[in-house]
Amino acid sequence: MTEATKGTIRIKKVSHDMDVQDRLFVPAIVSGLGATVRHFFKNIFGGEAKYSMTIQYPDVKVEYPQRFRGQHRLVPREDGAPRCVACFMCQTACPARCIHIVAGETEDDRIEKYPAVFEIDELRCVMCGLCVEACPCDAIRMDSGIHPKPVYTHEEGTFAKNNLLAVLGREEAKAGGGRSKAAPPPTAAGTGRKVREHGDGGAGGSAGGYEHPKTKGQPIGPNRYSH
Amino acid sequence: MDYSFLWNLVTIVIMFAILVGLAGPLTWAERRQSAMIQDRVGPNRAGIDLFGKRITVLGLMHPVADAIKMITKEDTMNIRVDRLLYNLAPIISLMPALVTFAVVPFGPDIHWGDAVLPLQVARLDAGALYVFAVSSLAVFGVTLAGYASASRLAMMGGLRASAQMISYEVTMGLSIMGLFLVYGTLEPYAMVLEQGELLGGWLPGWGIIRQPVAFILFLTAAIAENKRVPFDLAEGESEIVGYFVEYSGMKFGMFFMAEYIEVIVVAGLLTTYFFGGWQVPYLMDAGYAGLSTAGFVFPGGGVWEIGEVAATVLRVGAFLFKLLFFLWFQLMIRWTLPRFRYDQVMNLGWRKLLPLSLLNLVITAAVVLMIH
Repeated sequence: MTEATKGTIRIKKVSHDMDVQDRLFVPAIVSGLGATVRHFFKNIFGGEAKYSMTIQYPDVKVEYPQRFRGQHRLVPREDGAPRCVACFMCQTACPARCIHIVAGETEDDRIEKYPAVFEIDELRCVMCGLCVEACPCDAIRMDSGIHPKPVYTHEEGTFAKNNLLAVLGREEAKAGGGRSKAAPPPTAAGTGRKVREHGDGGAGGSAGGYEHPKTKGQPIGPNRYSH
Repeated sequence: MDYSFLWNLVTIVIMFAILVGLAGPLTWAERRQSAMIQDRVGPNRAGIDLFGKRITVLGLMHPVADAIKMITKEDTMNIRVDRLLYNLAPIISLMPALVTFAVVPFGPDIHWGDAVLPLQVARLDAGALYVFAVSSLAVFGVTLAGYASASRLAMMGGLRASAQMISYEVTMGLSIMGLFLVYGTLEPYAMVLEQGELLGGWLPGWGIIRQPVAFILFLTAAIAENKRVPFDLAEGESEIVGYFVEYSGMKFGMFFMAEYIEVIVVAGLLTTYFFGGWQVPYLMDAGYAGLSTAGFVFPGGGVWEIGEVAATVLRVGAFLFKLLFFLWFQLMIRWTLPRFRYDQVMNLGWRKLLPLSLLNLVITAAVVLMIH
């Protein structure tokens, strides 16, 4: 770099004058037509090679990535009751305060507590996944691979325990949902266990008007919990 | 008694079937084709639920849905409009588009006993002039729409459109003039017959080969007359406010329909003037080179007689094929080129195309004079 050019900005000058080909228009138009015709025929007859990447959404759905945080679900034990021990870790961790748990007590000393009420307000949820990380016994997961379903009323957006239990994991859903069928039918009669309600006392029932078809009519609470 | 008027009615029905029957699907084709060019899918959802299945026919139900929408839409009208002219403008726009096709022959004459049944609505000696006379009426529809709308935006749009249409009409007329000299006639059917001859014994004597420059000039001017991209600054569907901004419902629909019918008319004229009309290359009539009936005579010496009926069907099919090709081609052009600015349109029209068409005319006249 010489002394004279030091400190100056070097600019590449681009000519905007049209050359002969542009002035004649026709060659430029023909080359442009070549591009559009190529796209036209490749998109119609190209098969796999076509440019168009549109997915016909409601008819065809793309699987979300494996780490997609979707609709919550409660993971059941082998007997069908949730693994949850009502430790309130998720409720404490939740930044949106959308988890509501009422703990109940069981006679099983190894478990001690169970969630008498476990509700998630999916409309408040920010899908951060902190509840999943907080859970000490892998009871709550967001691996369903689906969105929370759109609803008409706020009540429908609140998922009760049964509804959360009915949601299947992605792999289970693909396998045909064998788990919920294998679960033993709930007995309506109580098993005679001593149940003590904690929390605000208004527990026991689902707040949601919506019930998942698979668990519709099933009792909520200790009746579901059988050894 | 002369029953030729009955045949006239038949040809009119055929002409209307071509024009109106193609205009609807053409709106669909425009949207689907642009989607294919731009790597999209385009309209494919509208359909009729029949026996629990939705019938969409590749989205061809969209023109039907559009028509229902246009007809049932509220027809709003500014209180200050000139009611007579306001209501007349869409009709004046649509009529020239519909009747221009009358002189386009869509098949050879059918000989039925003694009767000659032309596949052409009107065989006028000054057919090509009729096309100009009628198509220049379209500018009235545009101007009136802009004037009668009582909207200064529509007024400006109408002025732009009429200036553009009048400018390009000159080029359109002059570009065809060379063809008149070459063909020696103004009658489209005679032009098509003329194009059936072989140049040098092997090259079909189509207008595109005899007058290639005129083809480009005419195509450009015709698209400009039609106010389609790249010459759509008069209406500018997406950005600019055009002359029919105040129209709604089916009145707007008529302007819209006129545009697509004009596309078909332009395709028909291009076919007739430059691409041999209904002529199929090397398909000759009886009497040519010792043919007893219509058949192919190939330059290599092969002869294949196919008969009068097959020849007629083939020729009508050839016309429809060429027509559809030029519809496709015009849509292709529309989705390839960007819009011209107003000064560029005027520059191109008056300072480039007009001198070029004059030059083409002079050279053609000189060559024709030298040959004869």
